[in-house]
Amino acid sequence: MASSYTKILKDGLLGENPIYRQVLGICSALAVTNLLANTLFMCFGVIFATALTNFTVSLLRNHIPKRIRMIVQVVIIASYVMMIDILIKAVAPDIHRFIGPYVGLIITNCIIMGRAEAFASQNKPLPSLVDGLACGLGYSAVLISIAVIREIMGFGTLLGFALPARDLWWTQWTIMVMPPGAFFMLAIMTWFARAKLVKQEAK
Amino acid sequence: MTPLADMSLFASFALIFVSAAFTDNILLARFLGMCSCLGVSKKVDTSLGLGAAVIFVTACTSALNYLVYQYLLLPLGLDYLRLITFIVVIAAFTQLVEMIIERVSEKLYNSLGIFLPLITVNCAILGISLFMLNKPYSFLQAFAFGLGGGFGWFLAISLIGAIRERINEAALPRGLEGPGITLIIIGIMALGFIGFSGMIKI
Repeated sequence: MASSYTKILKDGLLGENPIYRQVLGICSALAVTNLLANTLFMCFGVIFATALTNFTVSLLRNHIPKRIRMIVQVVIIASYVMMIDILIKAVAPDIHRFIGPYVGLIITNCIIMGRAEAFASQNKPLPSLVDGLACGLGYSAVLISIAVIREIMGFGTLLGFALPARDLWWTQWTIMVMPPGAFFMLAIMTWFARAKLVKQEAK
Repeated sequence: MTPLADMSLFASFALIFVSAAFTDNILLARFLGMCSCLGVSKKVDTSLGLGAAVIFVTACTSALNYLVYQYLLLPLGLDYLRLITFIVVIAAFTQLVEMIIERVSEKLYNSLGIFLPLITVNCAILGISLFMLNKPYSFLQAFAFGLGGGFGWFLAISLIGAIRERINEAALPRGLEGPGITLIIIGIMALGFIGFSGMIKI
C-alpha cells in the first residue's frame, strides 16, 4: 500500500506535473510569480485546495448524481478557496492586496477540477488526498522555480532581500517582472520539460 | 486628470472600455483565460467564436455580479460569500444562455453555443468580476469594464489564432511545439501591448 502512495506522489510531482504535462492552471502561474513571497502564499492556497477538494469529492463520490457533479465540485472548491482567501487576508493583508483576486481565481484553476474529475471521483479518500497533495506540490515546484528566477533577474532580490552588493554588479531586468517576462520564462521551462519528455518517450 | 466621478457618462464609459481592452488587457497583462486560449487558438474560426462568446458573457455577468454584490451581498454583510456567489451566477448564466440559444437559433448555437460550457471555467470571466470590485465603479462603468475586458480577450485570442495558423507548417524543435511556441507568441504580443500602457490612467 505504501508503495502506491509513493507512486501517486511521484506522478504528481514529475510524470504528470500539471503545468508541464497538461499545461493547466497557468494563469496564476504567470500572475503571481514576480515575487517569491506572493508565490509561496499562492502555492499554499493551491495545495490546500487541491488536497481537500480531492478528499471531499472522493468522500462524496457515490452520493453525487452524475448530471450535477460539475456544479457540486465547483461549490466544494469555492468553499475551500473562500477559507484560504479569508485566512490570507488575516495573516498577510499586504500580500492579499496584490494577489487577492488571483486567490479567488484558484476556483477556476483547471488543475483542481481536473484532479477531482480524473482521480478523486474514482478513488478512495486517502489516496485522493495524497494525489491532491502531490499535484499541488508539483504545481508549487514549478511556480517557485519561476518565481526565484524572475525575482532575482527583475529586482536582484530574493524574498525581498537584496543580493550581496547588488548595486555594484547587477543590472535589473525590469522586463522579467513585467508580463512578457512571465510568458517567456514559462515558455522556456515547458520547452525544456517537453524536450526531455519527447526523448524519454522515444526510448 | 479628472477623476472618473466628475466625467461625463460617455467619456468615463469610453475611457474604461479602452483601458480594459488595451492598457490592461485581461489576457496579456493580467494573464487570465490562458488555458482556454492555449487550447482553442489553433484556428482563427474557433478563436473568433470563443472570443465573441466571451465578450457577451463577460459584459452580462459583470453587470449581473455588480448588482448582486452591491444590492444583495453588501447590505446583508455577506461580502465573504462573493467568490461562491459569482461563480454560481456565471455558471447559471452560461447554462441559461446555452439553453435559450439552442431553442431560438440552430445556426447561432452551432457557432457560439458550443463554446458556452467552456466559458464557465474560463478564469477571465470570474477575474473581471473580481477586479471590478477593486475600483469604485458605478453600474454602467462596471458594464463598460466587462465589455472592454471581453473585447480585449477577443482581440488577443483572434490575433494569436491568426499567427498560429500562419506558423502551422513551420519546422520547430519537438519540445517547442504547441504550448511552448504559443507562449512565446503571447509574450511578444504582451511586449507590444506594453506600448499602450501609460496612455490612460484610471
